[in-house]
Amino acid sequence: MEKHLNLTLKIWRQKNAKAKGNFEAYKMTGISTDMSFLEMFDVLNERLVNDNIDPIAFDHDCREGICGACSMVINGRPHGPKNAITTCQLHMRSFNDGDTITVEPWRASPFPIIKDLVVDRSSFDRIMAAGGFVSTNTGSAQDANCTLISKEAADESLAAAACIGCGACVAACKNASAMLFVSAKVSQFALLPQGQPERKKRVLEMVAQMDTEGFGACTNTGACSAECPKEISLTHIARMNRDYLMAELC
Amino acid sequence: MTTSKLDSKIPEGSLEQKWSKYRSTVPLVNPSNKRSLEILIVGSGLAGASAAASLSELGYKVKVFCYQDSARRAHSIAAQGGINAAKNYQNDGDSTYRLFYDTIKGGDYRAREGNVYRLAEVSSSIIDQCVAQGVPFAREYGGLLSNRSFGGTQVQRTFYAAGQTGQQLLLGAYSSLQRQVGSGNVKMYARHEMLDVVNIDGVCRGIIARDLTTGKLERHFGHAVLLCTGGYGNAFYLSTNAMGCNATAIWKAHKKGALFGNPCFTQIHPTCIPVSGDHQSKLTLMSESLRNDGRIWVPKKHEDAKALQENRIKPNDIKEEDRDYYLERRYPAFGNLVPRDVASRAAKERCDAGFGVNKTGEAVFLDFAFNTIRYGTIEANKKGIHNPTEAQLIELGRGVIKEKYGNLFDMYQQITGVNPYEQPMMIYPAVHYTMGGLWVDYNLMTSVSGLYCLGEANFSDHGANRLGASALMQGLADGYFVIPYTIGAYLSKEIGTKPISLDHPAFVEAENAVKSNIDKLFAIKGTHSVDYFHKKLGLIMWNKCGMARNATHLKEAIVEIQELRKQFWSDLRVTGTADEFNAELEKAGRVADFFELGELMCMDALNRQESCGGHFREEYQTEEGEAMRDDENYKYVAAWEYFEGNKWEMHKEDLIYDNIKIAARSYK
Repeated sequence: MEKHLNLTLKIWRQKNAKAKGNFEAYKMTGISTDMSFLEMFDVLNERLVNDNIDPIAFDHDCREGICGACSMVINGRPHGPKNAITTCQLHMRSFNDGDTITVEPWRASPFPIIKDLVVDRSSFDRIMAAGGFVSTNTGSAQDANCTLISKEAADESLAAAACIGCGACVAACKNASAMLFVSAKVSQFALLPQGQPERKKRVLEMVAQMDTEGFGACTNTGACSAECPKEISLTHIARMNRDYLMAELC
Repeated sequence: MTTSKLDSKIPEGSLEQKWSKYRSTVPLVNPSNKRSLEILIVGSGLAGASAAASLSELGYKVKVFCYQDSARRAHSIAAQGGINAAKNYQNDGDSTYRLFYDTIKGGDYRAREGNVYRLAEVSSSIIDQCVAQGVPFAREYGGLLSNRSFGGTQVQRTFYAAGQTGQQLLLGAYSSLQRQVGSGNVKMYARHEMLDVVNIDGVCRGIIARDLTTGKLERHFGHAVLLCTGGYGNAFYLSTNAMGCNATAIWKAHKKGALFGNPCFTQIHPTCIPVSGDHQSKLTLMSESLRNDGRIWVPKKHEDAKALQENRIKPNDIKEEDRDYYLERRYPAFGNLVPRDVASRAAKERCDAGFGVNKTGEAVFLDFAFNTIRYGTIEANKKGIHNPTEAQLIELGRGVIKEKYGNLFDMYQQITGVNPYEQPMMIYPAVHYTMGGLWVDYNLMTSVSGLYCLGEANFSDHGANRLGASALMQGLADGYFVIPYTIGAYLSKEIGTKPISLDHPAFVEAENAVKSNIDKLFAIKGTHSVDYFHKKLGLIMWNKCGMARNATHLKEAIVEIQELRKQFWSDLRVTGTADEFNAELEKAGRVADFFELGELMCMDALNRQESCGGHFREEYQTEEGEAMRDDENYKYVAAWEYFEGNKWEMHKEDLIYDNIKIAARSYK
């Protein structure tokens, strides 16, 4: 049943990439437990506009957990206290009356802050451009059913392809490693016959770009997978490591 | 009659030969000339990304603009259920003709035969293309592709990837796009919003875009401009669209001469999670695929409905004989799989009659109990369990349901706090898709030379109602298989055109106009936020130009919108400045355009004195409440031309049906 909460928000404010940031506290009253976390931000921003204060900038778009835009570290956890959901799917019924909630942007040097909670994740796009594809030109494909793919392989491939590119894995990692993101794409194609011709080249080029962007190394703590809204498994990192080694050796 | 402004350019010849003949005779551009032709693409969803990748592969120089931080976030990503293709892999009687016929009929005979047949024709190639890209579609155990059913059809032609088909198709197109970005053939402009088109001597030659991070205005030249910016459902404020979805690109193009086709044709999707309160910022869709396995019902008795509304009883307390499976009752042939417009209206009818099942009285049940038991029985048989208990059947059945729709059920539980495996879902119709959009000819060119419009942003293929799993099909058909051919017809004549200087007076003038519009928004210095006005506009649209419309309400709506628009321009407050990241400014520009578009939508709805597809005029219905189309007077596309000061003139493009016999659309 619907309840109403009084809360204190401590939110990271930073005017632009160069400015120094700091936490600002905001008191919220009468927040419905049926609201989503971002709808609470809407309420706060409406109030700030009414008070002639610059509202809080945050990335968001689909608000149904699939576009990967939303990106808040809530009480120290990317996408907040619940597992397997994005910030936009988090609802206020997950909080208690009187709570203080701290909200920060993704923090990683390859994700520079643009403003407040908005960061620049174009490094992910560049990793994709380096090799996150099957080279096939439009119009050249054979009939779709000519390639048989076992249900198990297709399901496992889809589980990897479910990655929404939000960057929570990087934000969760003490090394700001992007291994989970990169391995999800490497793994999706490694599991499918279509991905085989470029399998070695792909993993080498994506990993090289990942390093160029300044993402850290993987030390197998598993925080990335634990915080991933799509529960991308660590086994994809293992598969990528194996593929990388094979590609280096052979 | 068709006015001279509206030459649809449908090729001559029999329906089956139009496209193949066109492809064989369309002028080509040789590879070395392609390298000096520049194409600007606005929007990076299925239509934009697929067009960008395909045109770049052909050798054209391409620039892509999107307002999101990455091309991968376009709202195509949220499409859940699937994509149609006339593969006939199920051997259940499908064919190109049948997909064509279902689409025309589903659209209530308000789409062009030639366009729709081409769509059905290329549908198969889309699946081939996506599989080649590594899109992990659902498979059978034998390794072949799996299909499921969608509304408005009696064959299984929908290909899917769990409940995230749009995501997988978009990421496929995005990966092809990134491959071109990596090769240097495509330049990507993320966090950029197009704020005007630049026409020179009646020909589109470029755009003005704002860098959303720095606020800087930019001029870009192109030999052709493609708008692939999606639908305008956010005119209603609440919709299943993403928060940023907007009409600004197509609206600016409209104000620069592109006609707007059938603006009132909006699709209300029957299965969305109901509104929970005033704070609601968007509505979440529950995929149409759920209607494969869910049965829709409300109580038969008013007292049961009242008890549900007051939370005194649970849905499972209502006996089977006291439930009204109203879709199965009214439409026995299609049952729960009637098209979206029919299902939405039927839900509204029951709720208006007092049978709604939640606290607001605006919800119906979507119940999986029956099919849970059915699947449980099949699984028990497979596993050799004799005389299973009901609990065993439920457990086994829930396993099957979870595999098919797990992510949707989880999403439902997150949003509502209710477990849909145990209790039926509550759903209600919500604005989802806009069939209307910029008028385009067979080449996908708007009424402005050199300016194209693809995907949901154009009006072309779905008539007055789109069938489920056809939006993905159209977006990718336009981008992968139509525009790469049709653009040649235009660009083959442009090979002599040198890039136009960005200092050309037309660019300067367009940028100045954009800048002065931004200044004007800041100068108001009023008291209310953008959202305040957007919500008010949305309510007018939903109440008076929504699921049911009538002349009185539409006339009122037009006056109310004009009034509210005046308030907007005198009492809006935009915080911050123009030369920084400023979400309030972005929203203000978009809502300003929705105000004008909203008025046109109401005018179009008022003009169309018939009920067809998603457009239901209460004055035109049968005694049983079914839509009454008027083919004699309204079998046309209404294409609106803009004149200074929010004035419009309507042009008609008559729809000609040579191959399909027009009939009353029945799903009974």
